[in-house]
Amino acid sequence: MSSTETTKEEDQKQHVLESVVIRFTGDSGDGMQLTGTQFTSTSALLGNDIATLPDFPAEIRAPAGSLPGVSGFQLHFSSSDIYTPGDRPDVLVAMNPAALKTNVADLKPNGILIVNTDSFQQRDLDKAGYASNPLEDQSLAGYQLIKVDMTRLTRKSVEGLGLDTKSADRCKNMFALGMLYWLYTRPMDSTIEQIRTKFAKKPEILEANLRSLQAGYTYCEATEVFAESYVVPPATVAPGRYRNISGNTALAIGLVAGAKQAELQLFLGSYPITPASDILHELSYLKAHGVITFQAEDEIAAIGAAIGASYAGAMGMCTTSGPGMALKTEAMGLATMVELPLVIVDIQRGGPSTGLPTKTEQADLLQAMFGRNSEAPIPVIAAATPGDCFHMAYEAVRIATRHMTPVILLSDGYLANGSEPWLLPKVEDLPKFPIRHHTDPVGFRPYNRNPETLARPWAVPGTPGLEHRIGGLEKADGSGNVSYDPLNHEHMVRTRARKVELVANDIPDQEVMGDPSGKVLVVGWGSTYGAIQGAVRHAREDGHSVSHAHIRYLNPFPKNLEDVLKRFDKILVPELNMGHLAFLLKAKYLLPVVPLDKVQGRPFTEGEIRTAIDALL
Amino acid sequence: MTTGVESPKPLTKKDFETDQEVRWCPGCGDYAILNAVQNTFATLGIPKEKFVIVSGIGCSSRFPYYMNTYGFHTIHGRAPAVATGVKLTNPELSVWIVTGDGDALSIGGNHLIHAMRRNINIKVLMFNNRIYGLTKGQASPTSELGKRTKSSPMGTAEEPFNPLSLALGASARFVARSVDIFAPHLRSVLSAAASHTGSAFIEIFQNCNIFNDGAWDPWTEKQVRDDRVLMLEHGKPLIWGKERNFGLRLKGIDLEIVKFEGEPPADLLVWDARRADPTLAFMMASLGDRPDAPMPLGVFRHHDQPSFEQRVHQQLTEAQAKGVPSLESLIGAGEVWDVK
Repeated sequence: MSSTETTKEEDQKQHVLESVVIRFTGDSGDGMQLTGTQFTSTSALLGNDIATLPDFPAEIRAPAGSLPGVSGFQLHFSSSDIYTPGDRPDVLVAMNPAALKTNVADLKPNGILIVNTDSFQQRDLDKAGYASNPLEDQSLAGYQLIKVDMTRLTRKSVEGLGLDTKSADRCKNMFALGMLYWLYTRPMDSTIEQIRTKFAKKPEILEANLRSLQAGYTYCEATEVFAESYVVPPATVAPGRYRNISGNTALAIGLVAGAKQAELQLFLGSYPITPASDILHELSYLKAHGVITFQAEDEIAAIGAAIGASYAGAMGMCTTSGPGMALKTEAMGLATMVELPLVIVDIQRGGPSTGLPTKTEQADLLQAMFGRNSEAPIPVIAAATPGDCFHMAYEAVRIATRHMTPVILLSDGYLANGSEPWLLPKVEDLPKFPIRHHTDPVGFRPYNRNPETLARPWAVPGTPGLEHRIGGLEKADGSGNVSYDPLNHEHMVRTRARKVELVANDIPDQEVMGDPSGKVLVVGWGSTYGAIQGAVRHAREDGHSVSHAHIRYLNPFPKNLEDVLKRFDKILVPELNMGHLAFLLKAKYLLPVVPLDKVQGRPFTEGEIRTAIDALL
Repeated sequence: MTTGVESPKPLTKKDFETDQEVRWCPGCGDYAILNAVQNTFATLGIPKEKFVIVSGIGCSSRFPYYMNTYGFHTIHGRAPAVATGVKLTNPELSVWIVTGDGDALSIGGNHLIHAMRRNINIKVLMFNNRIYGLTKGQASPTSELGKRTKSSPMGTAEEPFNPLSLALGASARFVARSVDIFAPHLRSVLSAAASHTGSAFIEIFQNCNIFNDGAWDPWTEKQVRDDRVLMLEHGKPLIWGKERNFGLRLKGIDLEIVKFEGEPPADLLVWDARRADPTLAFMMASLGDRPDAPMPLGVFRHHDQPSFEQRVHQQLTEAQAKGVPSLESLIGAGEVWDVK
């Protein structure tokens, strides 16, 4: 927290800060996600750069007050460019002892710790496993402890509305939000507006939320519980129109954008799975855009229907997470064999098996690359930030249709639920690539190939004169007839591989942030972008020879990648897995890369990457 | 005449034949079914290019290669899933599934029941030979209890499915049964299925002369069939027998077999395939499991209801009633702010 002192009001000290990290924590029923998203949108509207990290349990409602039931929302807002939700919070809001216990170790020394004292009764302490009350035993002496009896104050503020205790207590998150709004001098209009919309049909709940929000704000003003308040000015960002966007929302509208620019019907086959379900929800609301969503009976039916849709001429897609990917394996092989466009989105989560459904991980990369029987190469691309999910979804559609191939798009739980201000792309900057299905019967054979891409014609049922049969059995090239000829099989295996390699002609060169050569190149992919970018920028500010290359096109790699890598003495590859990209780079380029692996269900901090960079310098 | 619109040439069976060599075992029941399907398709008034045949894996699933229509030989058990995507995307197509007892009821059981439940307008032809043929003779989900096969040398220890009961249980609105070698009957059942709005499930008794020869002979052999088969005909009383002297009527909640001479009794059940309530169809579906009763063939249920794809496209139409919004409006939805 770098700060400059100013005085805005006579008796009120107000500091200007460059950036702040707040973490709201409480029981999963305490409304912490809502509190966090409200603070986020208010800050976004104020013009701050922001990055968020929601962190919630896999259980919808774990036992109240228990450690597994803690839900958190971290957000980083700033007047300068930021890349991550922040390593350690400046402010921790803990609505109960369990939230305090599971989060306080992350709070910066002398950080602001706001607790709801009303939920620190003996019973609450027992549930969290505290032997003594941490609010009284000096264990929190290293922090600015702000003790507020939020439950009592909230109940008082809603008196007279006729609410039962339970409903009244549910408003205490708004009280906490009001306090934080005061502390960081934020306007409350946007939140007030959203409360009015959300509870339009429940006037007494609406009023209770507004009163609690105001009560939290007024409480700080009246009691001077905080010695000072802060201002985080707007960031200097590129001009244009922005919205705050999560990765899953960006991905959903990116798929629609891709299908629209291809002039194809979008068909999504999907089965609910965390953390991918939001894309199904988003697309289900977009029927006006001609989107068909099909909630299938299982993961296999979801991809099966998507393949059927592509066969019938639509842009078939499916969205899932790792366990669902595993189930789709055989069907992905079919899509490879019949050479139809298909987009398979994998929002990765902690594994193996059911693993950590709500936590993030990048350990499906090798599954995406190789997880099929026999030789079944599929292009793989990955989004780097929440906003980038839009762009890569659009790219997935473009590659799938141009090259007549399934494409796997990787995102993860962190990108899916995390959000950032997104500079809205201009539609005119999204090239159209209208797809015209094959209609000419003259010389038609289902496995004729485009000499440039090796793509076969997309001939759809209903077209007179093009009746043909396709399927999972090996094809004779050209005619597409079933063939068991040994040499044809080898020819086809090589052709399918070559077809995917040729995608490299159609993707951008690998870019490097920093100098094009030097001592250390940090190579990442997917959601580690922010942490790596921050760490590399700061290392460069400190005068070190470090650059960052973030790979969005993982199969095939960009054509210049080898050249990029070889210009550096050392290559550091941070990943939220046990070294998947490192493995691929070593295998392909025979380079001594240094892996930095983390598998804790949480993203990297900037500090972790910086430490690894420093060790190589 | 050279003026006016040329009316399309009527289709014949030949139009549906491919140049591919048919590779089923000589004597396989599939040949007869292929014949019946080609003949029927020619009569439906549907242009050839509008037919799509989707199959899974197994002997029967080679079917699409022998039909000169659009065809998709998919993966084991998944044909209903693929067909659902085809039909939802392009409801104009006439989508047929060819499957077997293993493909449909074992590995693909889940997709089958959900296709029936949703009432997607696809027609499922399930060839039932009560054995796995392509993998060379293991027990299938319709193999009778105690059946000795390569995978059950002491006889199976599991009860079989009754495919029609399963389809009815999954709320199939069109359910029928026929036999590979009963060509006219099979063709009429196929035509009825084509005329139905929604999912159709047709069990076709099919003889695998290599691994389970004669599985249906106790009912379909020339000498016995008149006594062992009950033809369900809509609007007609349930009567069978060489002498047409057996009938069915309801006694309480059971089906009672009545032997009569001369005029049939007035209280014989008159078959009504159009009933919305499937109870009688259920009773009829399991009648063939009774040793004293004949095997019913024909249309068990034919109840038209709006299909899944009709409802899905209705929602699209409603959502687009005020026009299709622009991509700009989608990208810029929600709270936005401008930075100068």
